[in-house]
Amino acid sequence: MLYIKCPHCGLRSQNEFSYGGDATVKRPELNKEISDQDWDNFVYLRKSPRGKHLELWQHISGCRQWIKVERDTLTHEIFKTLKANEEL
Amino acid sequence: MQKYSVFSLIKNAFKGHKDWEVAWKDPTPKTEYDVIIIGGGGHGLATAYYLAKEHNITKVAIIEKGWIGGGNVGRNTTIIRSNYMHDENGLFSEFGMNLWRNMSQDLNFNVMFSPRGIINLAHSDAQMNVYSRRGNSMRLNGIDAVLLNREEVRKIIPMADFSENVRFPIFGGLMQPSAGTARHDAVAWGYARQADSMGVDIIQNCEVTGFDISNGKILGIRTSKGNIKAKKIGLCVAGSTNILAEKLNMTLPIETHLLQACVSEPIKPILDNVVTFGAGHFYCSQSDKGEMVMGGDLDGYNSYSQRGNLPTLQHVLTEGIAMFPFLSKLKMLRTWGGIMDMSMDGSPIIDKTHIEGLYLNCGWCYGGFKATPASGWTFAHTIAQNRPHELNAGYSLNRFSTGHLIDEKGLGTKTWIS
Repeated sequence: MLYIKCPHCGLRSQNEFSYGGDATVKRPELNKEISDQDWDNFVYLRKSPRGKHLELWQHISGCRQWIKVERDTLTHEIFKTLKANEEL
Repeated sequence: MQKYSVFSLIKNAFKGHKDWEVAWKDPTPKTEYDVIIIGGGGHGLATAYYLAKEHNITKVAIIEKGWIGGGNVGRNTTIIRSNYMHDENGLFSEFGMNLWRNMSQDLNFNVMFSPRGIINLAHSDAQMNVYSRRGNSMRLNGIDAVLLNREEVRKIIPMADFSENVRFPIFGGLMQPSAGTARHDAVAWGYARQADSMGVDIIQNCEVTGFDISNGKILGIRTSKGNIKAKKIGLCVAGSTNILAEKLNMTLPIETHLLQACVSEPIKPILDNVVTFGAGHFYCSQSDKGEMVMGGDLDGYNSYSQRGNLPTLQHVLTEGIAMFPFLSKLKMLRTWGGIMDMSMDGSPIIDKTHIEGLYLNCGWCYGGFKATPASGWTFAHTIAQNRPHELNAGYSLNRFSTGHLIDEKGLGTKTWIS
């Protein structure tokens, strides 16, 4: 069982959260010239590191806020959690 | 190579089983090979076998970090099927079904292929419509498919929950009678033994630490047992694909996720098919030893850990009990996990790369075991001929940027969502 410290609600079990994927991919800015490669990078390409991974979770059975979690993908240790609009 | 038969078994029994030849050797790596396959799992071993058998390329090494068959080929739920809707997946998998049917004879190794049929249960009229569409697509590709109504399903699996007041009543199901199971370890060992006998070096406990590339051409690999040269290198490392991609400065449409499976204590024969729950993600068969073999959802977040988390297992088994209530009486014997190379459309990649001489085989999601022979056969062709075979032409690496996705489940890029 993972225990995730929601920045809004405190330490809660993984059952209350749903996963949202890699938090480091950035959607290309609107109203700008965007290459196909930029879209490809955003939509499809993932680093998927073994080790520290910054990812999105939603506290879906709690405050329903999206949050960022820095977690180790091998040991599942959670180093840090942030509000969705905060940077690491 | 010593042929396995009932006569060799009897002969060796009289000698106390002390004179069996080793099934594959444990060679030290040579300095150069024609082809190096990285990854000694089912797909890598099959690739080496078909390189030797179909293309007469025998100066081949398989480089495996752990031991052969210790990854996903030894961690799956042994299901073999070709019940896909899309042409690329259907034709590829059905080609593989023909290889499965002859595998025990071809490899002189009993892989216990058991075409016992798979039933995907439907729990609504809408789902019956979807299954009828998929079944028709399958039949157009020459794959057997039978749409069953509720009573027909009940005759085959009377122990499923057919009571009136269930949350997900069984409306019927789609059956592929020729689908089935095989003994997964035997597949790895059978391919390894034949590949070894044709001259392939199987090098275990050897980790790839880097690649030598010059002017866009691959020259060789660096390993924990020294540098090895090769003009052609094939990557067949499933959940570890991204780790090697990082060493190659490549970013791929792959995420690595964890999938769990479990077996119950052995019980008397009750289930002679593979059955999947249609209102969630759960599948079940019974092994020859009597254990119920079960699996379902991914754990749902990026993971390299090869061990699972209990909330997912609880969720999956809740679905199992909804389908087969008798499962609630059973004790779990073992649970385990494997790491899956989840591609962004749920379909695999077997292709060349932008680096000359480097070939990629990945993205099998949780359907890699059944694809073992077809994957090895087409990957061997791709490497030997330096171009994909028509069977794997759709499994290209650039299909994501060109928009030619093969999205069997219609999940979009988040194939790990359950």
